[in-house]
Order: sequence, then structure tokens, then C-alpha cells
Amino acid sequence: MIPEIGLAALWLAAALAVLQMVSGAASLRAAPGEVNPLAIYARPAAIVQAFLAVLAFATLLYSFAVTDLSLKLVASNSHSMKPLIYKLTGTWGNHEGSMLLWVGVLAASGGLLSAFEKRLPDRTMGATLAVQGFVALGFYAFLLLASNPFERLPVAAAEGSGLNPLLQDIGLAIHPPTLYAGYVGLSVAFSLAMGALLTREVNPAFARVMRPWVLGAWVLLTLGITAGSYWAYYELGWGGWWFWDPVENASLMPWLAATALMHSVSVLAARDALRTWTIMLGVLAFSMSMLGTFLVRSGVLTSVHAFAVDPERGAFILGLLGIYIGGAFTIFALRAGAVAEGKRFAALSREGALVFNNVMLSAILAIVLLGTLYPLLTEAFDVRVSVGPPYFNPASAIFAIPMLLVMAVGPLLRWKSDKPARLQFELALIAALVIGVIALVSFFGQYPLLPLLGLGLAAALAVAAVLPLKGRKLTRVPVATWGMVIAHFGIAVSLFGMACEGAFSEERLAAVAVGGTEQIDDFKVTLDSVMPIAGPNWTAMQAQLSVSDNGAAPVILDPQARTFWSPPQSTSESALLTKWDGQLYAVIGNQAEDGRWQIRLWWKPFVTFIWYGGILVALGGVLAIAGRVRVDVKRRVASAKGARRRADVEALGAPAPVPAE
Amino acid sequence: MRSRLFLWVPLLPFAFFAGLAAFMLTQPKDEFVESTMIGQPLPAFALDPAFDGLPGASKADFTGKPKLLNVWASWCLPCIAEAPQLEALNRQGVEIIGIAIRDRPEDVANFLSKYGNPYTRIGSDKISEVQLAIGSSGVPETFVIDARGVIRYQKIGDIRPEDVPVLLAELEKAK
Amino acid sequence: MIRWWLALVLALAALPLAAQDTMPPAPYAYNQLSDPKLEAEASALMHTLRCLKCQSQSIADSDAPMAGDMRHQVRSRILAGESPEQIRSWLIARYGDYVSYEPEVSSTTWPLFAIPVLVILIVAGVLLRRLGRRRSDDDNAGEAA
Repeated sequence: MIPEIGLAALWLAAALAVLQMVSGAASLRAAPGEVNPLAIYARPAAIVQAFLAVLAFATLLYSFAVTDLSLKLVASNSHSMKPLIYKLTGTWGNHEGSMLLWVGVLAASGGLLSAFEKRLPDRTMGATLAVQGFVALGFYAFLLLASNPFERLPVAAAEGSGLNPLLQDIGLAIHPPTLYAGYVGLSVAFSLAMGALLTREVNPAFARVMRPWVLGAWVLLTLGITAGSYWAYYELGWGGWWFWDPVENASLMPWLAATALMHSVSVLAARDALRTWTIMLGVLAFSMSMLGTFLVRSGVLTSVHAFAVDPERGAFILGLLGIYIGGAFTIFALRAGAVAEGKRFAALSREGALVFNNVMLSAILAIVLLGTLYPLLTEAFDVRVSVGPPYFNPASAIFAIPMLLVMAVGPLLRWKSDKPARLQFELALIAALVIGVIALVSFFGQYPLLPLLGLGLAAALAVAAVLPLKGRKLTRVPVATWGMVIAHFGIAVSLFGMACEGAFSEERLAAVAVGGTEQIDDFKVTLDSVMPIAGPNWTAMQAQLSVSDNGAAPVILDPQARTFWSPPQSTSESALLTKWDGQLYAVIGNQAEDGRWQIRLWWKPFVTFIWYGGILVALGGVLAIAGRVRVDVKRRVASAKGARRRADVEALGAPAPVPAE
Repeated sequence: MRSRLFLWVPLLPFAFFAGLAAFMLTQPKDEFVESTMIGQPLPAFALDPAFDGLPGASKADFTGKPKLLNVWASWCLPCIAEAPQLEALNRQGVEIIGIAIRDRPEDVANFLSKYGNPYTRIGSDKISEVQLAIGSSGVPETFVIDARGVIRYQKIGDIRPEDVPVLLAELEKAK
Repeated sequence: MIRWWLALVLALAALPLAAQDTMPPAPYAYNQLSDPKLEAEASALMHTLRCLKCQSQSIADSDAPMAGDMRHQVRSRILAGESPEQIRSWLIARYGDYVSYEPEVSSTTWPLFAIPVLVILIVAGVLLRRLGRRRSDDDNAGEAA
């Protein structure tokens, strides 16, 4: 019964999406100054739809929680013996469930937008909701017609076939939903961009409406990517944290577009410049989300053997892509020419720096897109090639390095126009730091070029990030500015971690007998014992390693080699010793015939900074949202007060004061 | 009003991608990594016998007439599926030389006694050395080697009944 | 990252078909070369070679037995004095460009290098268009726009 409620809710939500679309579109047909009678349904339709879609997801969550084996999806992806938390996270560990989550977030964003956004003109809001409804409708259709999560089995299964053990990890509990919320949050930016374009309302007021959505989605994407990277790092057992895999790239591309969009929308809000550019990026960011969904689920890319390697589903999503992305780009091409050019600015200005970096981010996006899709192109000619880190790293660095340099200077520049002479000290300091650090590090040893540059840039960027605070009273600095400072500083921290990991990591692979000791960096690692242990749905060999750092009291690490039985698969559970200056990463492998155990050890200096940096960046985003919202609320209160006062004055019969405009 | 032509630019790469993706969706997806050694002579190798019953294999064994080189393993399930087809080929006078990947003598003997032995020789490749040298990326794979020791054809995956005539034709072509 | 919960689901489905062998790994599959310089060379190379049995992993990141055997080939060949590039071309001769994550300029990969150059040109063009010509008119025309 419960799954049928979910299915019914989904159909109803789809019907409401139609209503939202029609009613939103009707608001465009209203005569000036009047409200089309049809237009009043868009907002309530979006809100009720949000409840229904979330309800549908909740029912599926429930079916997974109680392991309802009469549901095909549960039977093929879950198992009654799994711990409850992994039963729940298993809901989105498969194609249909994750698509339902996608749609749930999409509807929830639309609902939030229509419930709380009152600043936009009615026509723009109507157009926005129409677009949002149109997008949602396509994905409801995809779920209901091509990937129904509530499908029943003719006969209930006796037992489920289990969930991939790699997914039975707390990383899965947070990473995909966060990422999805980010992907789909960008749909609001997309709808707003289309709404503004259709009603020719591309202006700072519109940008202020769009900004929190972009920031929010961007924060979630940042957190999702950070969590995913850390999860791959500890779960895969080889110490890698970024692989330039197509699925990873599918999450990076919307982030790059959203980063550019976020900066561009800020310029539009503050300076009324970059109008067309903001619209373009708004369309692009969500397009990248949808493209990623297509790549992951259609199976067209070799490495992205997604859950649904199903050409029919692929064709369905490609059709949606064609309608939404193709349609949006076409409307952009037809309408953007009519958007008046925004305010002008000099090359050397804050806007100039932001434009430069937006172009650089777009270029990196182009490179990632090219490298990800290129194998698809050659396969059309029956040639198979691989594009990996040796291509992506240098090709994106070409654009990332100038971007990071400009990023150091940009926040110090004034809006509209600035003089280089004013920043002599800061420029000299930044240059000195880049060159000094690179020279210093090269003095101590030979390191690869990119990590070396990374170290220099990280040092300069870390200092430059806090320079905007120089000479200001810290308590008076706006919250949003703190957000920017922290986010930029986070980039420096993350870059530092990446560069250190690339330049200074040490690796030790060895076959060790029980009682034997290996040395890595300053650590002495002794294999005390190897014992079998059992978990709820796995058994494991667990090693006990005592690690002593430079003769200090030993710390125990216990990596496991786990064997799951449903489905049958082995995983390596790495054990990590986290110090302030890095991590010791230990993995136990198989036992050799002579009785010794394969041990893999890595010392990765400052590797944790990669993810600390990611968290700082996200924190910066949160502060920016908080700061903006506070300012907006203040402004709204002030204008409400003003209106009340005017009304009072009028009520008193006094002549209304002439606005000083 | 700026030039409108410029605004159409984003649509172009997208249309190109959509076309490409649509085309690729209609293509059958093959996951096989084909050997690029077709047309090249076998690299020199000499492998010890995989078990007591048959001699080992070396490059020198591929003379006289075209033969099949079957890369397999006792731990590989599709290898069981293709055993009857290898038998059938053997009955038609095809000489099959096996290379057992990462295998133990007792397992090899056990497998052959259960599923039949179509081989004249089986070399033991404990570290996938020969497998890598001929560009094979999995088990089972079957290569047609002509009388001069040149690799002429590669069949990836288990041999299905419908593949038997194909292999026979390839052997004929290699003469 | 998500590559795993996505990518491995299919690999997983295929896993019971291809049962694992129980043989011990090749000598250099999980053991380093004693010379740190040679090991560094081998390690750098291994990170750029694709594991043929896995879903987009380098052989340096994989527990697949075949990846172990490829690591053994790389290390023992480095030890025998071959250069990393020789080993790479040895593998490319067998498996084509697919085995190497480092595309080389060839008739099939030139767009990978030509398009970034094109991107640089477009970037330069866009920046000149947006930023370059503003100098002269920003003072007087700036407010009028």
C-alpha cells in the first residue's frame, strides 16, 4: 500500500507540474497592470508539488527501511541483514532511487522558491515557475515512464541481492544527496535566468534574487565534491583522492560553472554589469548538471558504467537534454541580443578581474568537458583512447595558474577602475611570495613542476586572501566579505594540500611477517597481529599495527580486508592516523604463501588540507549567504518602515513628501 | 544591439554533442579492449607445462599449420561455457594450444578432467606475462596464429556455438 | 568518489562471473624496487597506465590481479634498464592508446591538443573584446551605458 501512495503522489506531482507550467506561462499573457486569472495557480502548484514529491521519496525510504521485498527496486538493491543506516542510504544507491531523490530536490527547490520569493515582478516569477515546472515535468515523465521506483514484483523475493559493499559506508550517506541537492539547486538559477530573459528583467534586483540560490547550490556542490573525494581516498585503499574519472568530472563541471556564475551574479547585483554573461552561465551551470546525469546514466562513456546502462533511458535523458539545453540556448540566442549592455568598467578593476577569472573558469570547464567527452568521439570511429591525469592536470593548469594569480589580486581592486600604482606593495608581496616559496622548495629537492607552482601560489593566495581585511576594523567588515576572505583562503589551503600530496608523499609497500617492522618517514610500523573478525554482513582479516612516531608511544591502527557475502566482494578498509601535518594511511592486503602479509603504507604530508580547504570554501559560501540575507532582510524592513511612514503621513492628510530622486 | 550571430555559438557544440551521443546510443556497446598485435608475429616466449599431463608452450610450437591459441584459466567461469566449443573445434582437426593464466597444476588437471581436454599443449603463465605480450586483456580469449607464427585474429570472450564456423574460416584464411 | 558507487555497480554485477584466482601476486605487484629513484620512475609511469580490467583506474590504484601483473611488468622492465617511455610504447603496441592515460599527439588525438589552443585563442579574443577596448571610453561613456 505504501509504495502505491508514493506512486500516486508522483503522478499527482507530475499533474501539478503541468498546472504550474501552464499557469506560469499564463502570467506572461496578462495585459499590463492586470493579473491573468490563470496565473494565480503557479505558486500553490509548486508548493503542493514539492510536498508530493518529497512524500514519494519518503515512501521509498520507508520501503527500504523495512526491506519491502515485494518492490523490485528493494529486492535488487537491498538485503534484510544490512545495518539500518545502509538500508536507508541504499535508497539512493541505485538508478531509480537516486532519480527520485533528484526529482524530490527539484520539486522542493521549486516549492521553496515560490513560497519565499516575493521580490520578483509577477511576470518574471510566472515565467520562472513555468520553466521550473517544465523541467520538473520532463523528469517526472522519465521516472514514471522509464524508471519507476515503485514497481512491484509479481512474487515477492525471498531475500534481496544486497548493495555494493563499497557503498556501505557513511560516505554514501552524505555525499550523493549533498551533490544532488547542489546539482538540482542550480535548476532554480536556470529557471530564474530563463524567466528574466523571457521577461527582459535582467537587472540587479533579479541578480539579488538569484544569488542565494546560486550560493546555496554552490556550497552544496563544494561539500559534495569534498566529501566524495575524501570518501574515494579512504575507501578505495590506494590513497588517491582525485582521478579525473568521467563521473568525477561530471560533478566538477557544474561546480566550475556555478563558481563562475556566483561571481558573475555578484557583479550583476553590485554593479549592474555582465548581464548576458550571467544569463549564459545560469543556463550553462544547470546544463552541466543535466549533462552529468546523462553521462552517468546512459552508459555512453566506457568508464561511467552507471547503474542504468540502458540505451532507452539514455535516449530519454538525451531527449530531455535536447529540449532543455537546446531550448535554453536557442532562447538565449534569440533574446540575449535584446538585453541592454550593463555598466562599463575598465580592464583594471574588480569587475575586470572577475571577468578574467570567469573566462578562465569557463576555459577550464571547456578542457574538462573536452577530455571527458573525447573518448566518446573517437569511439564513434572505433578507436579507443584514454584521457587521464597526465592530460587534465597540465591542460587545466594553463588556465588555473593565471586564474589563481588574478584571484589573489582581484579582491584588492576597486570597482569600475583602479590604478596599479595604488597596489604596488600588495603586488610586490604576492610576486615575492610566489617566487620565494618556489625557490625555497626547489633548494631542498627536486619536485615536479605543478606541485611546485601549487606551493608558491598557495602561499601567495593565502596571504592575499586576507589582504582585503588590511586596515579595516574587523568588527565592521560585512559578513559577506568575511565569506569571500574565508572561501579564497580555503582555496589556498586546499591547493597547499594538493601540492604537498603531489610533491612529498611517501609510499611503502612490503610483505611483513607478524612481528616485523617497516619504516616510513619518521614512523616505525610494527605488525602486531592479524585476526579474523566478523561484522553484520561481512567477515574480515584485521591487522593490528602499532605505529610509533620518532620513538613516541605507539598508536594502534587496524586496517581490514573485508569480505562481504551479499553480494560477494572484497574491500580494503584503510586505517588512517591523522596528525596535524598529514596522514599515515595503512592498508592490509593478502597473505603471501610464506605467511607474510602485504602491507601498504603511505605518509601523505598535509593531505588533509585538501578537504579542510574544501570545508573552508563551503563555510565562506555559507557566510556569504548569511551576509546577503541579513542585508536583504534589513533592506526589506527599512522599506516597509518607509512605506508605513508614508502611509501614516498620507492618513494625516499632509502633503506626501516628494521622493528625492 | 550587439551582433546576434555570436549568441548562437553555445548551441553549436551542444548540437554536435547531442548528435554524437544519439549516434553512440544506437551503437552496440562493446567493452572489449582489442589487441593491436593482429598482423604481428607472436613475441618469443616459452612457458612451463601448466600440469603434468601435457607439455608447455612456446612460440616455436606455432609452426606447420594455423593453430588456435586459447588464453584461459581454471578459475574463470566463462571458460567452462566455451569448453564444448573447443571440443568441437578439436574434433574438426584444429590444434589448440592453451595458456593457463595465474593457475595451479592441480586446478588445471581438475578442470580438464571435468570439462574435457581439447589442448595439445598448455603453458603456465603465472604472472600474465605472455598474456600481456600478445595484447590479451582477459580470459577467455582465443587467437588464430598462422603457420609462420603471425597473430591473425582475436576472439574476445567465450566461444559460442555460432563462433565456431567463424574461427574455422579464420583458420582457413590463415593458411 | 561517486565514480565508485556508480561505476562499480556494473563491475560488481559482472564480478561473480569472473571468479578471482587464488594465485599469489607476481613478485613486483606489491613490492617496491629497492632503488628509490627507479621506484619513483616506475610509480610515475604506473599512475598513467590504465588497468584493463577495471572501470577507469590506473594500474597503480587497483587490486585487480591483472593490474598487479602489469605493475610487475613495469617494475621489472624498469629494473632491467628500460625507460618509462619504452615501456609505455611497448604496452601501446599491444593495447593501443587505450592503455595509456597520457594521450600522445597522433592522427586520432590531435583535437585534444588543437582544441585547447583554440580555447586559448577564444579566451584571448573574449578578454580583448570585453576588457581591451574599454580603456578609451570608460571615463566619458561609462555612466551613459
